[in-house]
This record gives sequence, C-alpha cells and structure tokens, in this order.
Amino acid sequence: MIWKIFLFLLLAFVSIAGIAFPIVEKPSAWYEFPLIPGLEENAKIIFFHVPTAWLTVVAFFMSTIYSFKYLRKKNLDDDVKSYAAAQLGMIFCILATVTGAVWAKFAWGSYWSWDPRQTSIFALLLIYGAWFALRSSIESEEKRATLSSVYSMIAFVTVPFFIFIMPRIMTGLHPGSADDSNAGPVVDFKMNGNMQLIFFLSLIGFTILYFWMWNVGYRSILLREKLDKKLIRG
Amino acid sequence: MNSKSYSLFLKDFKSELRTRYAINALAMFIIVAISVILFSVGNEKISPSLTGGLFWVVIFFTAMSGLSRAFVSEEERGTSLTLQLIAAPSTVFLGKLLFNIILVFAMNTIIAVLYSAIFEAFIIQNFVLFLVSFVLGNIGLAVSSTIIAAIIAKAGAKGTLYPVLSFPILLPLILTSVQLTLFSLDGISFERAKFELAIVVSYDIIMLTASFMLFDFIWKE
Repeated sequence: MIWKIFLFLLLAFVSIAGIAFPIVEKPSAWYEFPLIPGLEENAKIIFFHVPTAWLTVVAFFMSTIYSFKYLRKKNLDDDVKSYAAAQLGMIFCILATVTGAVWAKFAWGSYWSWDPRQTSIFALLLIYGAWFALRSSIESEEKRATLSSVYSMIAFVTVPFFIFIMPRIMTGLHPGSADDSNAGPVVDFKMNGNMQLIFFLSLIGFTILYFWMWNVGYRSILLREKLDKKLIRG
Repeated sequence: MNSKSYSLFLKDFKSELRTRYAINALAMFIIVAISVILFSVGNEKISPSLTGGLFWVVIFFTAMSGLSRAFVSEEERGTSLTLQLIAAPSTVFLGKLLFNIILVFAMNTIIAVLYSAIFEAFIIQNFVLFLVSFVLGNIGLAVSSTIIAAIIAKAGAKGTLYPVLSFPILLPLILTSVQLTLFSLDGISFERAKFELAIVVSYDIIMLTASFMLFDFIWKE
C-alpha cells in the first residue's frame, strides 16, 4: 500500500514538473528549465515520449520472456502473463507513436516522414498487431499459447535491429541518428541537471506503473479464467 | 539426416513437377502483378530507384502467394501426421526449406528477367553486387517465409494471416535488400555496400538458427 502512495506522489510530481515548470533563458531557480532554441515549450514532451517508447520495448521483452517460459514448462499461467504484458505494450506503443508524431509536427514540420525510428516504432506496432491477430485465429488454448509464443520469439530476434541498430546507423531526423554528432540527449547526458532529474524520475515512475498494471492485468485474467471454469463445472 | 531431408525435398519437388500447380499459379501471379504495376504507372516515366522498390514489392507478394503451400498442403491433404511419424522435426524443416529456397530462386529469377525486359529504367550497373544481394536476400526470404508458413499451417488461418505475420519479420530484410538493389542499379561499388551485405548475412544466420530451434515446438502437437 505504501509503495502505491509513493508511486502516486512520484508520478504526480513528474507530471506537474514536466508540464508546469517554466522554460526560461537563464534558469536560476531549481524549478526552471533552460531554453532550447527551436523547441522552447515543446521540449517537455521528452518526459513522456521517451518513457512510453522505453516501456513498449520492456513490455515486448517481458512478453517474450514469458513466452520462452511457457515453451519450456507448458504452464498456461505464463501465457497469460505474456498476454497481459503484450496488451500494455500495445497501448504504450500507440502512445509512443502518437507523442512522437506530435513532437515531429512542431520539430520537423510534418507528422510522419518515415524517419528510421518512426519506421521502427511502426514495425513494432505491426508485430504487436500480427501477434494479436494470430492469437484470435486459434481456438484451442494450448495451441494458441504455443504458436503465439513461437511467433513472439521469432519477432523478438528482429526487434534489436529495429530499436537499437537501424535508427542509429541510418541518416534521419530523430536525435541519435547517423546525422547527429552525438548519440542523442538521453544517452549522452546532454540535458541540464534538473531536466535530467525529472526525466529519470519520469522513467522510473512509468516503469513502476507498468509493472503494477501488468501485475493487476494478469491476475485479473487468471481470476476470470478460474471463474469461467467454475461456472462450466457448475 | 541429410539424405532424409533431401528425399523429403525430392518428394515435394517431384509432386510439384507432376501437377505443376504452384509453378503455373505463381508464374501467372508474377505476370499479373507486373501488369498491374504497368497499368497503374501508365505513361509516366519511373525513376530507377522506384523500379528497384517495386521489384521487391512484386517479390514480397509473390512469396506470400506461393511459399505457404509447403506446409498448408500437408495439412490439407492430411499427410502431416505421417510426416511427424517418419522424420525428426529438423529433418522436415530442412526438406521444406530446400523446396522453398528452390521455389524462391526460380520465382525471383523470372521476376528479375521480366523486370529488366519491361522497365527500361531497371538497368543493373553493378551486376556482382546484384547477384550477391539476390542470393542472400532469397535465402533470408525463404527461411522466414518457411517458419511463418509452419505457424499458420498449424493455426488453420491459411491465406489472409500469412502476409500479416510475415511482413514485420521480413521488414529488416526488405529494407536492406531494397537499399542493395538501389546500390546495384546506381553502380555503387561492392566495397561501399559491405555494411548492408553484413546486415543481410546476419539476418539470414539469425533467422536460420531461430527457425531450427523453434520449429520443434510448432511441429509437435
């Protein structure tokens, strides 16, 4: 219970700090962010865009780990955990794409320009969509779990290429691409001190939120299945 | 194991030659696809880079049309249980993979020849690069398509789900192969294309390894 209150306070602080802290030319107080020419007020989207993109990869990774566990032990609970992780991953993927498109509009001029990183988040969206489509086409529980686990693992071997390799080697608009002189504001720690603090607090807060949502999600699916089986057996 | 896979491949190959169903259907599909592109383009002049991209569009959809037959035909004819009994999973996979590789090479050679003949802008300047990327790309296409075909054959979803599942898996290969084709059309030297070639080679090896390891789980009921 305590950590839920702590999480609420953390995310509330991050949201207020991320949105309300003013951006001034020369930050003098601890609650002021520096001005980045060209971005101005819109730099604050970094506090929300990067954590959602980070979480979609974490969710996919967890979904694959539980798929692997299922293939080894054939315990259907692992399949449920994989499914709950993928559901959240899909939501975060959509959020990352939308926040990215919004940022692209005022930073690069158009919502979508097939920049390599935009292409890779789109590919991730396709992988999630295909996974759900495969699941809904199979009736039998064990077969559904087995086939979707195999597909998840095959798709997972292509993910490192999309997320870590392709956007950094190809020329593109996104920070950290081959055009940039550095590896982007996050990896290279180029942000101002208090921005960095808020950013990492946001990352930590969202990650804890994800694990909590995933935990509640898979437990509720397990309970629902237990209830269904009770009803059938009368 | 090798001779068993080869006999499995030979069985598929001979039955295919006997009925010639897949070959005819795929040849017609290639002609139809290229005709659709010709009609949609009309009298517009298309640049070499556009023909390079369209080349891979036709390759992808022809693969989606023809490569699932390896496993789906076994399910439809009811012979997949027999296959499970007589051979180890990796043997079956290798046999089907050999068949699909031959099919992919045959289809893509036809597509490449037709493309060179029909589109004047499709002139390959660096032929060695084209050949190498052609061979590597075909192997990658065959490997990924075969494992996804195995998945959908067991899922009973057949036709509509196959492109949906294959496209995200094939995307790294298609992106890099389109780049390599454009390089060979522009006459870029082999040296400068080494990075993309390395990506395709690693894709092939990774997908081959992953497919062999995961096929056991799909195949055993």
